[in-house]
Amino acid sequence: MSNTLSFDYIVPGDDFTRAGEASSDVKHKLKQIGYDSDAIRRVAIAMYEGEINMVIHAGGGKAHVEISPEKIEMTLADNGPGIKDVALAMREGYSTAPDNVRALGFGAGMGLPNMKKSTDAMEIDTAIGTGTTLHMTVYAKR
Amino acid sequence: MNQFFHSVTLDKDKCMGCTNCIKHCPTEAIRVRAGKAKIISERCIDCGECIRVCPHHAKKAKSDSLDMIRNFDYKIALPAPALYGQFNNLDDIDIVLTGLKGIGFDEVFEVSRSAELVSEATRKLMQQGKLKKPVISSACPAVVRLIRVRFPDLCSHVLQLNSPMETAARIAKREAAKKTGLPRGRIGAFFITPCPAKVTAIKMPISCKKSEVDGAVAISEIYPKLTAAMENAETVEPLSHSGIIGVGWASSGGESSALLNDKYLAADGIENVIRVLEGLEDEKIRELDFIELNACSGGCVGGVLCVENAYVAKARLQRLRRYLPVSQNHIDGKIPAGMQWQKNLLFAPVLKLSDDMNEALRMMADIDRIREELPGLDCGSCGAPTCRALAEDIVRGFAKKNQCIFILREEIKHVADALSSMGTFPAQTDEEEKK
Repeated sequence: MSNTLSFDYIVPGDDFTRAGEASSDVKHKLKQIGYDSDAIRRVAIAMYEGEINMVIHAGGGKAHVEISPEKIEMTLADNGPGIKDVALAMREGYSTAPDNVRALGFGAGMGLPNMKKSTDAMEIDTAIGTGTTLHMTVYAKR
Repeated sequence: MNQFFHSVTLDKDKCMGCTNCIKHCPTEAIRVRAGKAKIISERCIDCGECIRVCPHHAKKAKSDSLDMIRNFDYKIALPAPALYGQFNNLDDIDIVLTGLKGIGFDEVFEVSRSAELVSEATRKLMQQGKLKKPVISSACPAVVRLIRVRFPDLCSHVLQLNSPMETAARIAKREAAKKTGLPRGRIGAFFITPCPAKVTAIKMPISCKKSEVDGAVAISEIYPKLTAAMENAETVEPLSHSGIIGVGWASSGGESSALLNDKYLAADGIENVIRVLEGLEDEKIRELDFIELNACSGGCVGGVLCVENAYVAKARLQRLRRYLPVSQNHIDGKIPAGMQWQKNLLFAPVLKLSDDMNEALRMMADIDRIREELPGLDCGSCGAPTCRALAEDIVRGFAKKNQCIFILREEIKHVADALSSMGTFPAQTDEEEKK
């Protein structure tokens, strides 16, 4: 018998210093559950980048995480401006982040490429003016 | 779980069962049960934070007494450089070293000497480019143990070079055997330690099967005798043989500045160390070659077995170092095998809920459910450091929900309400009598 555990997080858009809290919580839980360290690392990176993206570009959003012994599924949804050109956004080094965020060392244009690289599957649903939803999956064993 | 030796122990008679230690433990290894603190052995990393915060001095560090050196024919002192920062108006390290000979040691070998060798070996290894970057220092044993129980992914980044203490013991004993002709077993090497984590590193080494160090005497224990011996010394022997780099290891930033590479970070204080490790794990901290981490604020000068304020000691060391050569100890050729770890650092999943992942998921769900029912004040009155930790203890079967005083109060209120409602029964009996 296999069971699934789910967690929901609100990623606040107005407080940059709180970005990364959800990924940190998920990471702690996965360690206690006894997940493989490589999978934990990949989930932590993907979620962290996703959270940062939602804060920088979309004024925050929601994260839903489902954990089962086989895989971890993450859904990050926001009501932001949407991504104009997904293919371009996926290119390393391409970024639309504002200067004040770049000053903190973010906005290097590695967010989405890193998320893609860290996960086993990633889907992007985006609509201009409506928002973006990302589905990402990491399997326990690669 | 295998046997864990701990240098940090509890004096039950002094423990008042307060919440200071449980709130400061970085691995949530302490609970108050039946009015006394209890250390969960497999979680403790011997960092000494609880010793630092206990207002009743109930937490102690088990170190060796100076009498122990009498068990050996030839006694070598291995002073940590932090020792040099403990004395007012000291302008010559040789006075301290001469003093050590005055309290019963036959020989002194400065740990700062081997620190210079470790620095050189680190530089060599990093130049060869074979290490996984960023390289994490292994000099602080509490940090190595913290990584071992909490950061599985970082175990492979830990520098696999023996600590300066270990290397000092190895070299000093070899030299002493050559000089005296005594068998190795008759020669004893004793670390003069600023912290309990080093005592554990000797009794239960992670990097090798058996430590070459035979005992660890606390700086605070030898301090009165040593100061007396320093004052009484008639002549000062020229014993010191270390430079700016070696003595610099006593405070935070010393080890990394010795790499002569500016892509490093040095963090000290256990909370800061944890934040850096979390950042490394998430790859938020990037583009650095070396990470120096010290569990104590200020570095080794901040160890709980030191006598002087960490920052005063650091300032004194800066002055003492000023006119020293940069480094006085060097490696000829290849890095000796004796300086390197014999074992890999293996993750010890002591925080894992269950070996069966399905069971662990169920337990996690229960923990979350129970945590929702707890007040979320993290007051510590139940004996666990946080409401989440209590929820975990309940699910693991170590605690009951009404250990939470707020839950208990609710339960008592229910009982009281039930009792008072019983008090209204006689009125009904009167009605019955009328019939």
